[in-house]
Amino acid sequence: MATPAVPASAPPATPASAPAPAPASASAPAPSPAPAPAPSPAPASSSDPAAAAATTAAPGQTPASAPAPAQTPAQSLSGPALPGPFPGGRVVRLHPVILASIVDSYERRNEGAARVIGTLLGTVDKHSVEVTNCFSVPHNESEDEVAVDMEFAKNMYELHKKVSPNELILGWYATGHDITEHSVLIHEYYSREAPNPIHLTVDTSLQNGRMSIKAYVSTLMGVPGRTMGVMFTPLTVKYTYYDTERIGVDLIMKTCFSPNRVIGLSSDLQQVGGASARIQDALSTVLQYAEDVLSGKVSADNTVGRFLMSLVNQVPKIVPEDFETMLNSNINDLLMVTYLANLTQSQIALNEKLVNL
Amino acid sequence: MCLFFELYEFFLNTMASRKEGTGSSAASSSSTTGAAGKGKGKGGSGDSAVKQVQIDGLVVLKIIKHYQEEGQGTEVVQGVLLGLVVEDRLEITNCFPFPQHTEDDADFDEVQYQMEMMRSLRHVNIDHLHVGWYQSTYYGSFVTRALLDSQFSYQHAIEESVVLIYDPIKTAQGSLSLKAYRLTPKLMEVCKEKDFSPEALKKGNITFEHMFEEVPIVIKNSHLINVLMWELEKKSAVADKHELLSLASSNHLGKTLQLLMDRVDEMSQDIVKYNTYMRNTSKQQQQKHQYQQRRQQENMQRQSRGEPPLPEEDLSKLFKPHQPPARMDSLLIAGQINTYCQNIKEFTAQNLGKLFMAQALQEYNN
Repeated sequence: MATPAVPASAPPATPASAPAPAPASASAPAPSPAPAPAPSPAPASSSDPAAAAATTAAPGQTPASAPAPAQTPAQSLSGPALPGPFPGGRVVRLHPVILASIVDSYERRNEGAARVIGTLLGTVDKHSVEVTNCFSVPHNESEDEVAVDMEFAKNMYELHKKVSPNELILGWYATGHDITEHSVLIHEYYSREAPNPIHLTVDTSLQNGRMSIKAYVSTLMGVPGRTMGVMFTPLTVKYTYYDTERIGVDLIMKTCFSPNRVIGLSSDLQQVGGASARIQDALSTVLQYAEDVLSGKVSADNTVGRFLMSLVNQVPKIVPEDFETMLNSNINDLLMVTYLANLTQSQIALNEKLVNL
Repeated sequence: MCLFFELYEFFLNTMASRKEGTGSSAASSSSTTGAAGKGKGKGGSGDSAVKQVQIDGLVVLKIIKHYQEEGQGTEVVQGVLLGLVVEDRLEITNCFPFPQHTEDDADFDEVQYQMEMMRSLRHVNIDHLHVGWYQSTYYGSFVTRALLDSQFSYQHAIEESVVLIYDPIKTAQGSLSLKAYRLTPKLMEVCKEKDFSPEALKKGNITFEHMFEEVPIVIKNSHLINVLMWELEKKSAVADKHELLSLASSNHLGKTLQLLMDRVDEMSQDIVKYNTYMRNTSKQQQQKHQYQQRRQQENMQRQSRGEPPLPEEDLSKLFKPHQPPARMDSLLIAGQINTYCQNIKEFTAQNLGKLFMAQALQEYNN
């Protein structure tokens, strides 16, 4: 299930790779001393693909290329160790604005770029990670090399911090349906920015007819003491919405149904009408179910029955006279307010006319 | 508050459009070059340049998120809209938020923030043309002098800009409340002259209804975003919140009425001021008249007695004319009251509908 991304194959960190201007001076021109477990002060570099690569690659590797700090050998993960991706593991909570941003930056990608990457921002909780913002980072990718504009990423993060000081770098995202070797390197970089970064993939190429959205975190694998590889283990993804976001998304979703993907905003009573139409639909589904059960087509289910019971009892039983009084007083309030509003409007219009005499 | 950066905004736009490779090595900058770079094809002078505003779904989500996270209470959150102009449509394709003003950030350079942001966004191919700004509002109170000034400088620099007003409280009640406003050409004229005296306003024939014009909004999504929406719908399965149909309305109504009352109070004070002014002026006229008459009488008497007449004195020095009260403020207040009233009417219409539905339900129950 987890996609192993051990770069046993071609060491991506080869020559002539452009300016991965990793601000990490850790990638200073120290030719990688093979995977000797020399303790390195570099900040948490969890996975170490380059270490694996170093064994296969020729010793004359240009260090400046890969953003990987080629000299740091395998180290233990910093941050909470993951028990696993399934219940009990960490949950990633996404807001819809992130996905919309990702899709938008994918649509605006440069010519020839197969995918886009960017940084994820958000907050960390004890059990979960909430991703609330993101921005895309320009990068170049080709067969053998990958270059990410780190300077840009840092700048953008600073700018974003000015608006929301609570957001931290949580990880990064990439479009495309698979994890490539380059992903490992990029993940490497991000693990310097954040402890235990998250990698999010959004499949914009719509493989299998779906846009799959997955999140991963990297774990070490391999025989301890020897070269360690990196594996991306999946995490559960949940979607959270603020209330207003929910309403916004509902509205935006309506463009799916219109031929030219355009909708206008509706006005007062139309909205009430729309909402009641939705309830009506829901009610007719329930009715259909009840009839099916009665006619024996579907077997009765007690839990559903109980829900239905509570539903019917939701409508409060009020003595008719009381209800009449309540209804009338409310209607009177509203009418009075409407009257006052109209009065005020005509008053200011009059005032306008008088002043202009 | 935004006025400060608005003045620089003018320069920003001209520089940005030129940097963008129009290739011209123009030394002089003028707002027309800036506007020209953004595609002018619009109608005649009397007509408004923008008939429709088309917003990407992404922008809506970003605005909602910005308010939700950074703005609580009566604080307004603001941000910049990016996009482009296509014929008579204004397309808004992205936006970014503006940090709030805090006193301890005195050295915070808004202009620089904006420049940096736009430059960075250009690298990732996001439209980096300013086309307007957005602001959140508290119960619909947004008609202020500050907004007017900001929108004026925006519209002056960029013909087609709009201000998007996002009402989070109304949105939380069930349906997205997003409106786009522009200043009417008449008001633009007056603002250009910087002359807000009563005569100028009367000449321009500006009433509170003609200050802002609302531009209809449509929301448009690309195909891929539509796919995303389908995906979300399948996956998230959040229960539909029927906020819109909730009957408990008195809180909201109470607050709006409170704000309305405050404004009406201000308005009445304004009217009192105006009345005093009128009365003073007319009294002054009378006094002038009397003075003149007395003078004439004296002069006649002196003539009859053979003495030289008294010199004519400059009346205007004796009776200094009163200052007419500023009209702009009362116009703004009137505009605000108008907005409140319209909101209230919309609200009550919805609630009446809901009440009648509840009645029908109850009748059936009995």
